[in-house]
Amino acid sequence: MAVYSKVEQRRAPSNTKGILHWLRDNLFSTPLNVALTALGIAILFWVIPPFVKWAYTDANFAGSTREDCSGGGACWVFVRMKIDMFMYGFYPSAERWRINTVYGFFFIMMVLFKYLKSASLKILLAHVYFIVGYFLVSGGFFGLEHVPTDKWGGLMLTIVVAAVGIVAAFPLGVILALGRASHLPIIRSISVTYIEFIRGVPLITILFMSSIILPLFFPEGVTFDKLLRALIGIAMFEAAYIAENIRGGLQSIPKGQYEAADAIGLSYWQKMGLVILPQALKVAIPNLVGVSIALFQDTTLVMIIGLFDLLAMVRLSAADSYWLGYETEGYVFVTFIFWFFCYSMSNFSQKLEKRFNTNLR
Amino acid sequence: MLALLRNQKVRGILFQFLTVVGLVAFLWYIGNNTVANIEQRGIQTGFDFLSGTAGFGIDQSPISYTEEDTHGRVFWVGLLNTLIIAFVGIVLATLLGLVIGILRLSKNWLIAKLARTYVDFFRNIPLLLQLLFWYNVVLRAMPSPKQSYAFFDMFFINNRGLYFPLPDYNTTFFMILGSFVVALMASLALNRWSNKRKENTGQDFAVLPWALGMFILFPILAYFLGGANLVFSFPALMGFNFKGGKTLSPEFLALTFALTIYTATFIAEAVRSGIEAVSHGQKEAATSLGLSNYQSLKLVVLPQAIRIAIPPIINQYLNLTKNSSLATAVGYPEIVTVFAGTSLNQVGQAIEIIMMTMLVYLFISLAVSALLNWFNHKMKIKER
Repeated sequence: MAVYSKVEQRRAPSNTKGILHWLRDNLFSTPLNVALTALGIAILFWVIPPFVKWAYTDANFAGSTREDCSGGGACWVFVRMKIDMFMYGFYPSAERWRINTVYGFFFIMMVLFKYLKSASLKILLAHVYFIVGYFLVSGGFFGLEHVPTDKWGGLMLTIVVAAVGIVAAFPLGVILALGRASHLPIIRSISVTYIEFIRGVPLITILFMSSIILPLFFPEGVTFDKLLRALIGIAMFEAAYIAENIRGGLQSIPKGQYEAADAIGLSYWQKMGLVILPQALKVAIPNLVGVSIALFQDTTLVMIIGLFDLLAMVRLSAADSYWLGYETEGYVFVTFIFWFFCYSMSNFSQKLEKRFNTNLR
Repeated sequence: MLALLRNQKVRGILFQFLTVVGLVAFLWYIGNNTVANIEQRGIQTGFDFLSGTAGFGIDQSPISYTEEDTHGRVFWVGLLNTLIIAFVGIVLATLLGLVIGILRLSKNWLIAKLARTYVDFFRNIPLLLQLLFWYNVVLRAMPSPKQSYAFFDMFFINNRGLYFPLPDYNTTFFMILGSFVVALMASLALNRWSNKRKENTGQDFAVLPWALGMFILFPILAYFLGGANLVFSFPALMGFNFKGGKTLSPEFLALTFALTIYTATFIAEAVRSGIEAVSHGQKEAATSLGLSNYQSLKLVVLPQAIRIAIPPIINQYLNLTKNSSLATAVGYPEIVTVFAGTSLNQVGQAIEIIMMTMLVYLFISLAVSALLNWFNHKMKIKER
């Protein structure tokens, strides 16, 4: 009778696991890879230590005057002293709580959105939010001091331009997309002309048009303020891009959906509103987030027609004769803010894409 | 009557009719107002201003331009400068984008991560901010001409721009220039011939060494045939500034850097998604047929990847061209800066000038989309 003894499990050869194996596989597999790795490490050494030295080790954070910046690195004191300008522009400091309240309401609304089930209630809430937000920021009612739009500036103006631009452009974009997909030849050609015209020209020319030519279009006495003119231009511009993305969504809806909606006797608007658009928008959402990111970056262009958004505020502050020579710090600060917003939005859209991808197939 | 209104066709016609009436009424309304406003403000109309004297200087012009020239000439100078910056930006962004896109797919973990960081970083920062950064923080902060950075005593960089040597335009120079064109044509012809031969006989022909040889040999031949007389003019410090050679202004450099670095991120993404879109089975099939790595890349993967990657890349070219209008923030004299900017301020005829500027971009867009349609048609998978 054979006696079997248990054989100890042998450990895997050391060259197929562990950190050494990973290093060899991913960094040093061929001579070319070794060279590339060396190059990569060189780039890291060339970029990161000097930046850390400038932005942190040698930088000055505390203090309130120019003389406090003696470290030779970045002078974050400049950003700290000017942060109110960057955030609120020329908005009177006594009234800034109103803007903060609107920010606060936004987070409350987001929390409510998580728990609210009804879509129409959500839409109603968003509308109420925009109206309340406008009255709070602009003022002139209920004893609130009126703050004209030429006092608006900084990050707050950037957010206003981006948010109003998207919200105002969205309905126009949906209508244009439906028009382009329509069977009526005149409607279709009007939509196509509009979309292709806008997409063919740079935003700057549209902003020039809305700020210089638009006032000529209306009778004497009708005046728009500068911000409103910029918003009209941005909304017109953005609508064309939104329309193109929604069209992509519309094209992805199988023909059977249209036929089924027709077969149960829905009218055109019922068919679109209840059957087609909900599906098409869902497909289009990741791309629409992409459009929003592009718009958020494009808001910086309002600087060219003389509005003081975040970037313009930083340029203005850096031109302050007392703080001359610290514009690099300002630009790095703006870069961080824009990068943070855009990167989180694009991560969000990638998440959405993953979530929506599964239930389509 | 009611039944007629329920008819889909009738409703369609009625709806379109109402839309047209509404649109015409709106256009008539703003047209009327515009005419009234223009009369009241005493703005001139028409395109006579194009032959009026401009009276301002432009510091970079590919064609001869003086202050006595007309606004019409300003338009052409601006248009040419737009095309120049677009061309330079497109070439550089394509090169950088290709490299970054391929590095993103590298098996080397560190390099792939670095390439990804590059893309994630630069495409989430507004182009205008990047442009201002390059212009104000990097290029304008360079030392004055006397303290400029020199490389091999031939290239100089200071706060007035980048200076580099340029050969004189003589026979030798043009012969060498021509020889490159000849080498290019010959290589293309050779490639055609080798493809044809491969289809007929199945024999391979190594085009690349021959083409490279031509590109090296032809210019050398041209140099001696042209009299071996290549004279470079070197930039040199004279008084307070450099003379000789060629100068690239800080405005041009900042715009080139910003457009290249920003657009390259999008091109890299297009390249990556094009290559990733080719299914793994295709590569495996190529390997199982006995194709080498290079052959499977050249004959199987790339032809399919290019079909997917080229349309978004061409769209990026269009975006780059439109984005070049941001030059107005740093003052590079392209069409928006000099024509829709300086000329508009002098003449005040906003409608004509902005419409002309928009038409230029529209024309470029239409040309590019025609190119794209042609490409898509040519690349369409030919199914039976």
